[in-house]
Amino acid sequence: MKDEFAPRSGWTGRFLAWLDGDLDLLIDAADAAEEYDAPREEIKEKRRERRQRIYESERGRAIRHAERRGFYIGYTVIAVICCVLLIGVLLYAIANLPRYGQENRETVEVVERYVEHGLQETGAVNIVAGMILDYRAFDTLGESHVLFTALVCVMILLRLDSKNMRTDFEDYYTTRIDRFHETYRDVIMQRVGMLLVPSIFIYGIYILLNGQNSPGGGFSGGAVLGAGLIIASASFGMSGVDKVYTLRASMIITFVSLAFYSFAKGYVFFTGANGIENHIPKGTPGAILSGGLILPLDIAVGFVVACTMFGFYSLFRRGSIGGET
Amino acid sequence: MTFTEVFKISLLILLIVCAVAVNVTRNLLASVIIFMSYSSIMCIIWVLMESPDLAITEAAVGAGISGTLFLMTLRKIREEDADEG
Repeated sequence: MKDEFAPRSGWTGRFLAWLDGDLDLLIDAADAAEEYDAPREEIKEKRRERRQRIYESERGRAIRHAERRGFYIGYTVIAVICCVLLIGVLLYAIANLPRYGQENRETVEVVERYVEHGLQETGAVNIVAGMILDYRAFDTLGESHVLFTALVCVMILLRLDSKNMRTDFEDYYTTRIDRFHETYRDVIMQRVGMLLVPSIFIYGIYILLNGQNSPGGGFSGGAVLGAGLIIASASFGMSGVDKVYTLRASMIITFVSLAFYSFAKGYVFFTGANGIENHIPKGTPGAILSGGLILPLDIAVGFVVACTMFGFYSLFRRGSIGGET
Repeated sequence: MTFTEVFKISLLILLIVCAVAVNVTRNLLASVIIFMSYSSIMCIIWVLMESPDLAITEAAVGAGISGTLFLMTLRKIREEDADEG
């Protein structure tokens, strides 16, 4: 049997070990799965032994050597200096901002334009929504894409499928742990969930659809919807949500939302830049169907955000979206 | 000094206390809960600064979802953490 605690020396050795998919000594999932059914004291004893072996191994020696040389003191000092510098820069930047509630000479033109013509030009009573989804819609498009990219990155790192599963143990371990912590048998969770989930969903949809009239909009509404999905899956089990929210469904929803956003805003920018009249009705200010493109864009952003938030939760919890591994 | 000003200043002080406490707390679960309360305080401050849009987002993302993600991460490392005491 290979000695699993044998230290691999040098950078190349460690790199090769990493390529081989050797598990970290400190976080040994295979051991943990083996110990899963063992009594508590046995586990603790085993862990203590393992720590001792790590301490005596080459890596432990390196750590102790670094401690002796005062490496950690230097590290702390540098961290404190960096923090103080960062705080100084931030305070300096804040000191140059205009005082709260006072007029700022440099941006007064833009502000006047937004406040005086915002309702007329965008059709949104909530001028903030008019700003972020009409005047500055390009920013919001970028933000949505950043969220999508973040979801893809988390998926690359945390998703456990047949290609990047390191061991069979890990699959076993993850699913067993998930089942162990599954809360659907928890009566308190279920009762509270039954009370909370419908109201959270209604609140989220309200925020989403009323973005042009009252505070809220795509991002906050989507986040509330995502939180509602998280609470629903935490209290009633993943299986119910899995039927609707599969990996394929989430990717299709996200893609369609982002593509719709890009094309709709592309049309508006194109017509606006070339002085062509665009045929999107503004509606009556204050009604749900008002604000031109703001409502559909809000819904698109909301879908992206809700998918991303629940995708994060699902990936963090068990390394997959929609249950298939 | 009016009541609102006292309220604002006490919220700001609480914010700083939370920010420091997150770092010095040894217990990770307590740290996460303090982080979530930091977001809740920040949410009230946004309301006082008349930006309810940000307040809703802060409550949903800061206190809700990032807290949940921290707790999920914590659950994965809890066994090790319990060992350390």
